[in-house]
Amino acid sequence: MALEGLLWCVAVLLGAGVAGLALTRRRGAMVLVYGASLGATLVALVIAVASLLAPASLGASLILPVGLPWLGAHFRLDALTAFFLVVMNLGGAAASLFALGYGRHEETPGRVLPFYPAFLAGMNLVLIAADAFTFLFAWEFMSLSSWALVMAHHRRPGNAAAGYLYLLMASFGTLALILAFGLLAGASGGYAFDAIRQAPPSAGIAAVVLVLALIGAGSKAGLVPLHVWLPLAHPAAPSHVSALMSGVMTKVAVYGFVRIVFDLLGPPAWWWGALVPLIGGVTAVMGVLYALMEHDLKRLLAYHTVENIGIIFIGLGLALAFEANEMSGAAALALTAALLHVFNHSVFKSLLFFGAGAVLNSTGERDMERLGGLIHRMPRTALAFLIGSAAISALPPFNGFVSEWLTFQAILLSPALPQWLLKFLVPAVGAMLALSAALAAACFVKAFGITFLGRPRTQVAREAAETDRWSLTAMFALAALCLLAGILPGYFIDALAPVIHALTLANLPRQEQLDWLTIVPIAQSRSSYNGLLLFFFIVLSAGVAAEVIHRFASAAVRRSDAWDCGFPDPSPATQYTAGSFSQPIRRVFGSVVFRAGEEVHLPPPGDVRPARLEVRLHDVPWDVLYAPTARLVGFAAERLNRLQFLTIRGYLTLVFGALVALLMVLTVWQ
Amino acid sequence: MAVILDMLVQFCQMTVVLLLAPLLTGYVRKMKAQLLGRRGPPLLQPYRDLLRLLRKEVVLAHSASWLFRVAPYLVFAATWVAAALVPTFATGLIFSYAADMIAIVALLGSARFMLALAGLDVGTSFGGIGSSREMMIASLAEPAMLLVVFTVALLAGSTQLSSIAAFMQGPGVGLRVSLALALVALVMVAIAENARIPVDNPATHLELTMVHEAMILEYSGRHLAVIELASFVKLLLYVSVIACVFLPWGVAVSGQGFAAYLTGFAAYLVKLAAGGFLLAVFETAIAKMRVFRVSDFLGAALMLGLLATLLLFVSRVT
Repeated sequence: MALEGLLWCVAVLLGAGVAGLALTRRRGAMVLVYGASLGATLVALVIAVASLLAPASLGASLILPVGLPWLGAHFRLDALTAFFLVVMNLGGAAASLFALGYGRHEETPGRVLPFYPAFLAGMNLVLIAADAFTFLFAWEFMSLSSWALVMAHHRRPGNAAAGYLYLLMASFGTLALILAFGLLAGASGGYAFDAIRQAPPSAGIAAVVLVLALIGAGSKAGLVPLHVWLPLAHPAAPSHVSALMSGVMTKVAVYGFVRIVFDLLGPPAWWWGALVPLIGGVTAVMGVLYALMEHDLKRLLAYHTVENIGIIFIGLGLALAFEANEMSGAAALALTAALLHVFNHSVFKSLLFFGAGAVLNSTGERDMERLGGLIHRMPRTALAFLIGSAAISALPPFNGFVSEWLTFQAILLSPALPQWLLKFLVPAVGAMLALSAALAAACFVKAFGITFLGRPRTQVAREAAETDRWSLTAMFALAALCLLAGILPGYFIDALAPVIHALTLANLPRQEQLDWLTIVPIAQSRSSYNGLLLFFFIVLSAGVAAEVIHRFASAAVRRSDAWDCGFPDPSPATQYTAGSFSQPIRRVFGSVVFRAGEEVHLPPPGDVRPARLEVRLHDVPWDVLYAPTARLVGFAAERLNRLQFLTIRGYLTLVFGALVALLMVLTVWQ
Repeated sequence: MAVILDMLVQFCQMTVVLLLAPLLTGYVRKMKAQLLGRRGPPLLQPYRDLLRLLRKEVVLAHSASWLFRVAPYLVFAATWVAAALVPTFATGLIFSYAADMIAIVALLGSARFMLALAGLDVGTSFGGIGSSREMMIASLAEPAMLLVVFTVALLAGSTQLSSIAAFMQGPGVGLRVSLALALVALVMVAIAENARIPVDNPATHLELTMVHEAMILEYSGRHLAVIELASFVKLLLYVSVIACVFLPWGVAVSGQGFAAYLTGFAAYLVKLAAGGFLLAVFETAIAKMRVFRVSDFLGAALMLGLLATLLLFVSRVT
């Protein structure tokens, strides 16, 4: 029943896409498309939440007679699917709501409206697919529809290149996934997930599949060094699509990884638990350092997605390590942390992208160096963005902290692991996680402080206006969710229980029965956290302090010029900029990570030209990995280009030669 | 009955940290002055400063937003709540399960986040320099602190400060290299986080290397008073954490009776005085370092923390 409902939602979304294509010139098309998307995702959200909370209804499956003739299209709704459906449709509903206001400013609605619901439909299909063919088809559908959305503003400088890179990386990732599923299906070719589950691969093949899944899902999710397309392509799309790509599509990629590695691949080997957290840790630190060097607001957010994907993979990898050593309780904790972070990140990342979209709409600027002081002109957007910033920086009492706290608790269980490599590696990964959390806070002080605080740096920032009501509703709904998941995490952890049980066969203690809604991952004497009490105490003591002081102290306020040590300068150019804010961190970390160099060009004495300070940053993965590959491909293409200009005689010889060579191979083979 | 007593202890704790914090700062200032051969301000001077600030009007810059006016209270509240959850004279605080050591570190992070934003709010160059450097320092100090937490938590099998204190008093500890390294790292972090010499100078307003003072340069009147009080509480909190984890002797355990609480309180006062005195000696003996040397200083703390965690697996207890 639930599964049919979901398929109907997908059908409605596809229909909305077709309608968007047909009605693109009509005025009501935007309201129709986004309204239909909102309705369909909300219905899907309700279905998914209901089936997650009533685990008895899970496990329904359905075969439609489409796709490969001997296979059909398998669909299944289990706990893992239901959880990711919640994440996906929540993000989709919020983005559709935001788009009802934001989409009004779209210059080329014909390039967005048809593909937006198709993108949502594709992501839903990936999640409910239960055979390799349907999964890959939906995966490609999702990639291509999002590619079309990235290319919506293809005339803007840089966007076409971003789209090209995205297409390349997406095809590369899908190639890896096709190979992975091919290996999983084996020689007998059982492509349905049920068939794969019944015949788990041997250890060697499982290792290859793990690496392929890391490449395939990791390139979509943004694991370093496969992340290069993400900060280019995510910001290029319209902001509500950026939110979907960063907040939701990366989670669909995580789903792909979890489905293959935790569900289909059979029991893990211990070294998987070393490889995955290490990649996660490096991704987290690199992602946030890239973000710190960035002053394009949307690109900064995209780099933060890389960071958070790293954090999620740390949790997943720890779960693998514990699982391999049959510590299923600890594995349940690590997996809970990872999946809770999946949910949390999709909420606050969507919120932040909406905020960036509102700023972009109101000022036409993504460059933080040309903004500033927006808190005066856009107070509500500023408040919502502030809540999102605090949540992503893992600050209590918001939700980002809860999942990182759980990850730390999982890390603290690592000494019980028998392998020495893991004993040493996991605390080091913990250090990387701590470093990335602290750097994220620095980065969001920069992002919020330079964009919304201070004095306006340009005319457009001076004249910005508050965004529309639809967008604000979407932002505040997500902000409320950030706080709610932060102060009542127990309910969210309990809701995850069926997923965790299905994957690890273990459960955390039920959280909702504990006093005062405290969360206790293992035992009360070991660790506990109560966001509700902390929130209550902070509000109470801030309130008491404010009340006491306003009653007994002077309440006088005088407005005046800034003091600034006696040298206030009226020009807003004297403020700190995004570049100057991150300069100390660049000095500390950049010389190693980015091989950063600074050059000062001073004109000779008497010359009136201004002095210049030049900063050079190297993107090391690009220089080491991508640039040589691109050169190699270019070189080969140049050489092979000649094949296009042969005579008919030449072509015939070539075909004949190829035939003979293949026959020879066949003879030798047999 | 027991619950009421526990509530009372918790309430005492909250009041004690608030009331003692300015005294500790005053004591450190006095000690520093005397080590330098000056008479120094009276011990109660910080209280008088706070009262004086409270009576003055607030001068707000034209470009200050609501965030600038809300931030001091939030900074204060987060710091105070964090300090109220660290066992000082008694363990087993009734609300201590609300936040373990990781959450306390993160609460201080919340306070710092708000303060750094407030530094950027008016849009001056000094505010920006303070915020930027504070966040750079924090980006190294916070992970170092968390690694110290890791070390201690792995040893004690808990991240709850009460359980850690109980474990440290017990017989299972012994002398460990890890603990020594963790103590050094924690002290280094405490110095950096509280803007003390050699990382920052709490006594200057006009020096290019100032960090904390630059952030709060635009504050005046009651706002400044609240922020100052928050930074006093923060110093007290760090001394309390060091005392609670590494010198937990004399701390009363819940339900031990009135005498135990009194002993605990006396022991706590002695620990605070010792901590303040050592801080004063250290600050007089060392020179302020360049701001870009701070990363070496804190990088060392970070590495010590990591080393402390890793040595847990290979060292033997003696």
